[in-house]
Amino acid sequence: MTQKSFLSRRRFLTSFAVGGSAALVAGCDALSRSPTFREFLGTGEWLNYRIQRLVGGAALAREYTEADLSPNFRTNGNSRPRSNEWNRLAAADFVDYRLTVDGLVEEPQSLSLAELRSMPSRTQITRHDCVEGWSAIGKWTGVPLSAVLDRARLSDRARFIVFHCADDFRGTSYYESIDIVDAFHPQTILAYGMNDGILPTGHGAPLRLRVERQLGYKQAKFITRIEAVDSLSDIGRGRGGYWEDVGSYNWYAGI
Amino acid sequence: MSDVESSAAHQGTSERGGSLIYRHRVSTRLWHWTNAVVLLVMLMSGLMIFNAHPHLYWGQYGANPDTPWLEIGSSGDRGFLKIGDLTIDTTGVLGLWRGPNGQLQQRAFPSWATIPSSYNLAVSRLWHLTFAWLFAGGLALYAIWSLFNGHLRRDLLPRTAELKPGHILQEVKHHATLRFAKGEAARNFNVLQKLTYLVVLVVLIPLMILTGLTMSPAIDAAWPWLLDLFGGRQSARSIHFIVAFLLVLFFIVHIVMVVLAGPINEVRSMITGRFRLPKERP
Repeated sequence: MTQKSFLSRRRFLTSFAVGGSAALVAGCDALSRSPTFREFLGTGEWLNYRIQRLVGGAALAREYTEADLSPNFRTNGNSRPRSNEWNRLAAADFVDYRLTVDGLVEEPQSLSLAELRSMPSRTQITRHDCVEGWSAIGKWTGVPLSAVLDRARLSDRARFIVFHCADDFRGTSYYESIDIVDAFHPQTILAYGMNDGILPTGHGAPLRLRVERQLGYKQAKFITRIEAVDSLSDIGRGRGGYWEDVGSYNWYAGI
Repeated sequence: MSDVESSAAHQGTSERGGSLIYRHRVSTRLWHWTNAVVLLVMLMSGLMIFNAHPHLYWGQYGANPDTPWLEIGSSGDRGFLKIGDLTIDTTGVLGLWRGPNGQLQQRAFPSWATIPSSYNLAVSRLWHLTFAWLFAGGLALYAIWSLFNGHLRRDLLPRTAELKPGHILQEVKHHATLRFAKGEAARNFNVLQKLTYLVVLVVLIPLMILTGLTMSPAIDAAWPWLLDLFGGRQSARSIHFIVAFLLVLFFIVHIVMVVLAGPINEVRSMITGRFRLPKERP
């Protein structure tokens, strides 16, 4: 080939690559906004949920040793609720705190921290994986969620457990939800202790969820109420959690 | 990648080249172009996911209070890439750059390299985790089909003679001096091509998939051996990132070789399947 045709070819290829990249990015942005394409992009979550349930079964998340603990476990999300009610309870070391358990249960509960502590407890050293990519290892102590649900006699009609929280983002309360499989998983606990101490404010005092086979935003903090439901459509904007509602994050966060 | 149909296309060819042969089967061509789109989407959405936490660590855990081995960020009016003790000024490209409207941005990878172009971790995850299934489906079909039709054995596995150091050295010399195979010798992949494609197929792609799965807390519970294999979730995340860049390197070399070897002939062979054997010099 001649030098001239090579150069013009190279110029053609360069402009083709630059133009192509711009078109691709613009095209992908347009596709990201298209409702039909968003439905297609939702198939990944659907597949991950079903296939991970299939291969995962009742498998336990890895439990680490004291030597593996993160020296400094960073906080994430809200570090302190603004609600007057929560601040009033915190000021009195949560002696008046009550966890409400209601919805599709036969015996709704109102449990104090002392009652929760007197129930069976589980301590586990597990890894917390944030959706952003970082991980931290902490030691959590709490009551298995299954024990609380059994005490409230969960109805057969319940398909999801919703966690209502005391914190908010710009006035919208945080909440999260999990399915019944995760709710009865042995490592799914309502933690009141962390790293051998009381659960610190930044990590969700007085009570937070640990659901060890999912990402960080599922680990609801500052829990005030647990509600059993058969559908998520009437809660918040209906997608099962705060970040799911406002930020199109996947409800199933196993990956 | 090459499927060489020797019998049908062989008639009428001359040893000196110039004839049109049927080189790539429709299965190979479909997989090639599916991958071109799927892998580009996975790379660009992956870069946006990285932007959410532009630090890489070794080990089981790693977060802001811990020491990363790689970091992209900015301080003042400079963007930087830090690898260990090495700091590279990347102002304008990484860490600190101007967006399409001229506004300064402090993200790691710039908007022209990411899907979506503006910061959105949730949407980039939707792209990445859905296209991962497209990739997996294509790969599974390709793998089954290549074993079944002999593509792997016939076109990709090097012959014993090709693996002799002398032969490999000769091929390296030919590549370095841009002397590509002509005539009948261009009918098959050369040993460097075979080895490159094999490394991508049996090393890089499996590493990419397995380290991707190791980042899933649900898969870690189901298959805890993954954590032991890679030395922790954060190590797996680092390896995922490194292998992604090895695949980008493969892509760049691939494109350069296509351009040097005759882009129209090469691209046509991957669209229609027909490849013209380059003529030998008289």
